[in-house]
Amino acid sequence: MSWVETKNLNVISLNDIQVLPLNDFRDELIKKIKGGKRLIQFFGNKETPGVFLYAVAADDNTSKLFITSCKFTDDKAYQSLTPEIPSVHLFEREFYEQFGIKPEGHPWLKPVRKGIEGINNDEPHYNFFSMTGEEIHEVGVGPIHAGIIEPGHFRFSCHGEKVYHLEIKLGFQHRGIENMFLNKNHKNVYLLNLSESIAGDSVIGHAGTYIRAMESLCNIAVSRRVKSIRTVMLELERIAMHLADLSGLSGDIAYLTGSSVFGALRTKIINATMSICGNRFGRGMMRLSGVNFDITPEIKCDLTALLNKLNDDVDLAAEVMFSSVSVLERFEKTGILEKETAMELGLVGLTARASGYAVDIRSDHPFDAYQYFPVYKLTLESGDVFARAYIRYIEIQQSIKIIMEILNNIPSGELSCNISSLQPDSMVISLTEGWRGEISHIVLTDSDGKIKRIKIKDPSFNNWLALSISVRGEGISDFPLCNKSYNLSYSGFDL
Amino acid sequence: MFVSPLFFIGLINKVKAVWAGRKGASVFQPYYDFFKLLRKGEVISKTTSFVFKISPAVNISAMFFALMLIPIPLAGSVISFPGDFVLFAYLLGISRFFMVIAALDTGSSFEGMGASREITFSTIVEPAFFVIIGSLALLTNQNSFLSIFEALAVSSGYTILVKILFVVSLFIMILVESCRVPVDDPGTHLELTMIHEVMVLDYSGPDLAYIMYSSALKMVIISSLAVNLLIPASLTAVPALFVFVLILVLISISIGIIESLIARSRISHVPQFIFLMTALSLIAFAVITFFLHGNH
Repeated sequence: MSWVETKNLNVISLNDIQVLPLNDFRDELIKKIKGGKRLIQFFGNKETPGVFLYAVAADDNTSKLFITSCKFTDDKAYQSLTPEIPSVHLFEREFYEQFGIKPEGHPWLKPVRKGIEGINNDEPHYNFFSMTGEEIHEVGVGPIHAGIIEPGHFRFSCHGEKVYHLEIKLGFQHRGIENMFLNKNHKNVYLLNLSESIAGDSVIGHAGTYIRAMESLCNIAVSRRVKSIRTVMLELERIAMHLADLSGLSGDIAYLTGSSVFGALRTKIINATMSICGNRFGRGMMRLSGVNFDITPEIKCDLTALLNKLNDDVDLAAEVMFSSVSVLERFEKTGILEKETAMELGLVGLTARASGYAVDIRSDHPFDAYQYFPVYKLTLESGDVFARAYIRYIEIQQSIKIIMEILNNIPSGELSCNISSLQPDSMVISLTEGWRGEISHIVLTDSDGKIKRIKIKDPSFNNWLALSISVRGEGISDFPLCNKSYNLSYSGFDL
Repeated sequence: MFVSPLFFIGLINKVKAVWAGRKGASVFQPYYDFFKLLRKGEVISKTTSFVFKISPAVNISAMFFALMLIPIPLAGSVISFPGDFVLFAYLLGISRFFMVIAALDTGSSFEGMGASREITFSTIVEPAFFVIIGSLALLTNQNSFLSIFEALAVSSGYTILVKILFVVSLFIMILVESCRVPVDDPGTHLELTMIHEVMVLDYSGPDLAYIMYSSALKMVIISSLAVNLLIPASLTAVPALFVFVLILVLISISIGIIESLIARSRISHVPQFIFLMTALSLIAFAVITFFLHGNH
């Protein structure tokens, strides 16, 4: 057995994970991914001596996860897997950047965040892909943008209005957040606040992922009430962000009705989140071993009324928007991403589902209340801006139904319990379907039961390249619209 | 006329705000902005030459000059001579020319893109404008704005049809020339999608105020052409002036409503929208020639 089989949130002993010879590791991984499994994580960990490289693959049909590893002691290079498995491309670059072990033959070996020795991240030295020709022009946008958004540099190679290539350079917000988790007591609330700050628009998503990982390592089983409340909060976050994106998409095409109506509806949802936990983005809601705030009968009553009203309002606004010719003219056939590309690049979340690639952690690897309330995977086929907008609308409807079902069956139970110590020499994989897609945190503990490595992956990490691919051949003036249809996180990527 | 343009911009913004369910800024907000900008300092890019500096002045003077050619009830045109509409078209042209070379002067890739879009679209608008004004000259046998519109005021039979077609195509011209939805989005902050806004990105302070003012003035000037077509001759001077202003207000309100209800077109589809203006003008031209031949 070269792979250890596990499940979302199951703890496994580090000693059980096979350490394969490099060539076997390579063959096994290629066999696994070509056999239809999905690459979840590919990351390194420094041990004394040497560096371990772990690979995690998922079988979405059977809710199983597979782990294997290999070890580098003196080698400073290996044969790149990217030519065989495109979805590993960014993970290999990240591994190179963090441990200096070079994937030989990687087709696009550039810095991910902070730069690598020999490949400088500084602007004059950064080697952008460029096109030559008399009528080719390059447009550089950012890293500082108009509007209050995060920093990222976009380099377009254009012929007239047509984009031939877009290169995205990120890493301007690199905070070294993974290292901030180390050498702290796991009961320290600082770690929780840190996890809430990984990506400001996925507070519940990231905090929940982190907390579930820690609870598994502590062997804590939270009550079903806690699970229900957490799920309600996660779905509220999803509704709020989808509404914000529909508003943003309308704004980018100067469709005033959509941008104001969806914007106003989003405010109602984040205000509901505030009425539960005191913060519009859900900060302070989650705690290790439970939740900080209860959903009281009054809140439940208000929330039910609000969501009933919201359901009608969203239906009405979406009906008007998606039947407006001027909106459809902009949305349809803009920024198309084919299903094959989505699968090859290993995309996740609503982006993948809008291209017909059905991946949804809520139903593939269920956690919290999704274990009791199965989620039906929604997919659309066209993969254009329209699909990514419309899937947000139908996911809002779905989320409202999920919340209603949970609220109607909310069991009683304790809101928190005692926190024990972490299991030593263990590893846990925590997967969550945030509003943007699959969030995964992998936590490794050392022999003293301390966190020795935490590997965080925001869905943006998988999906940024999809944006580059889908604007190829589009007009440069449609780029902001495509960008908004993905709405990826910079800080979630930069970490 | 000199004072009013910013009011109409404020009015459009107010209509959009009300439509979106907001209270919105005062209709006089553009005036506050204008005077605020006049008091501010300027930042001028080191890569620019004198062209960048003189462009706002050329712009605003060309617009003033163009305004003087437009007939206004009670006052008439300040300047009127045979063929003044040709001068009018070229005044719009010269203001555009300076705007574009000033944008290119900055060397910014954004501004270059905006300039190329501006030129592409105006190349389509200009011939259509000549078809409109040429057909009117043909119809009335007159050769200046003032005399054309005076002769047109007495409308009969098919001229009503012709007038409607021309008013619609002039309305499209307003949307194109003053950069409103669906051609451009004056509210956007996305440089890559802009046309007019991106060309003036490097301006600040008083220069920006002049540009803001002259584009507002441009909108009013072209609107006034449409209004002149609509004013009936039976009105005496003072009510005519009243109707004149009223129709200008209605035009602003309808621009506001259009911006509230429809999304902006894809840039590659904008030429098709402008060709609608050309098509309408050509149909009107065909109608005129048909009836003129019928009469002779």
